[in-house]
Amino acid sequence: MSSVLFDAPGPKARARYRILGVVTALVIIAIVGFIVLRFAQSGQFDEKKWHLFTFPLVQQTIIQSVGATLSAFATAAVLSLVLGVFLAFGRLSDRKWISLPCYGFTELFRAIPLLILMMIFYYGLPPLGVQGITPFTAVVAGLVLYNGSVLAEVFRAGIESLPRGQSEAGYAIGLPKSAVMTNILLPQAVRSMLPVIISQLVVILKDTALGFIVTYNEILFQAKYFGSQAQYGSPIIPSAIIAGVLYVGMCLILAGIAKWLESRMRRNVKVVKVAKSEIVAIEG
Amino acid sequence: MNTLLNNSDLFITGFRNTLILFGVAGIFALILGTIVATLRVSPIPAMRAAATLYINVVRNTPLTLVLFFFALGYPKLGLVEIDFMTAATVGLSLYTATYVAEAVRSGINTVPVGQAEAARAIGLPFTQTLTLVILPQAFRAVIPPMFSVFIALLKNTTVAAGFSVAEAGAIRSNLSERGEPAMAGLLWVALIFVLLVFILSFVQRKLEKKWKVAR
Repeated sequence: MSSVLFDAPGPKARARYRILGVVTALVIIAIVGFIVLRFAQSGQFDEKKWHLFTFPLVQQTIIQSVGATLSAFATAAVLSLVLGVFLAFGRLSDRKWISLPCYGFTELFRAIPLLILMMIFYYGLPPLGVQGITPFTAVVAGLVLYNGSVLAEVFRAGIESLPRGQSEAGYAIGLPKSAVMTNILLPQAVRSMLPVIISQLVVILKDTALGFIVTYNEILFQAKYFGSQAQYGSPIIPSAIIAGVLYVGMCLILAGIAKWLESRMRRNVKVVKVAKSEIVAIEG
Repeated sequence: MNTLLNNSDLFITGFRNTLILFGVAGIFALILGTIVATLRVSPIPAMRAAATLYINVVRNTPLTLVLFFFALGYPKLGLVEIDFMTAATVGLSLYTATYVAEAVRSGINTVPVGQAEAARAIGLPFTQTLTLVILPQAFRAVIPPMFSVFIALLKNTTVAAGFSVAEAGAIRSNLSERGEPAMAGLLWVALIFVLLVFILSFVQRKLEKKWKVAR
């Protein structure tokens, strides 16, 4: 698309593009250079600040915190997908007393900030006499309620974008509605919406970092702990860099899987094409 | 009801700061995001690469980590001192701008190719093709995803509470200092957010109807 916005450059334009390209590169180098220089001048690259992270025990703790992040992510991802399927079926139900509560549920939990949801579980429930709320439970419960509602909308849009002939054919051979849904519509909807579903999984992975605020012992929580060790010069920026590399790495792997699946499916003619605008509207 | 009325001062300050964060960060994100989207479709490879890199890195970083850096890391750099509110605004703007950029780019893709071709045919250069012909149409087409971005921004302001900004997410800890039940306070905060989000969705539907592109 982008090449439609400008003509193939002539000799004059090519020269101008070259100059602008060099200027852009210089501006970027200046910005990055300034940041690196500032880091160096304030001693962020000093051996002392990084020494902490050379201890095997510290490295082990970091790996454990990655495990904590991943276990919250995996649990929340599976449960959100299940909840999403149920809510989507609920909303598509012909019975008003099923579809209306499901509609209310998805709209409500998409509107409450995730952090507030986690706080309701972690700080709100125990004083009311609810036992056994660990930070892990609070993080997973919040993630599932929020992302389950978002995924429900994704599944619904996927099912509604399928050609009507698909469900009609199912009814014509005498299948009940539940079988039409689970055997015909859902498998196709999931395939066509797979890229959106996986980008929602990236959101779940990123949002586990909110767990740090409700004291869940994940990557960022450890990063703050190590970053405040005064005898190593409070290496808060080195630990933020390490946490950043871990998060960006994990998310890029997931996003890479999404891209791979998308390109694989584009070659597969059996997958129903969903209008791009529909996907964009949900992704937001 | 008592929790809300007896502590209305906390709720008012909290939500005032939330709305300030939302408004200021929203405007900056909109401007920066549009610039980044423009760079991403520009004819100059270096600009495209820079914008793509920025979007890919920031989109894959948790917002909590972005604010973590600005609230706890930035003061260590010995630059100009800024308060937590400003730090949170900068962090939220930089983070949200990537989502705005992606929304604008998807909007550019919805504009029919003929529009750009016609603009080129009458001799408009890239900047004018984009600013006079493509972007005005793209912005109209992009209202639903753009509002999703802003609703997300509104909800994301609560994350600033984890970093000493006295906005709506921080109401709980202030309430517990006064011995109020945590649940009641949190449910009120949740309810007000639900109302704010519904107002935004209402505005979205109005604008969508008003600005629909006739094709």
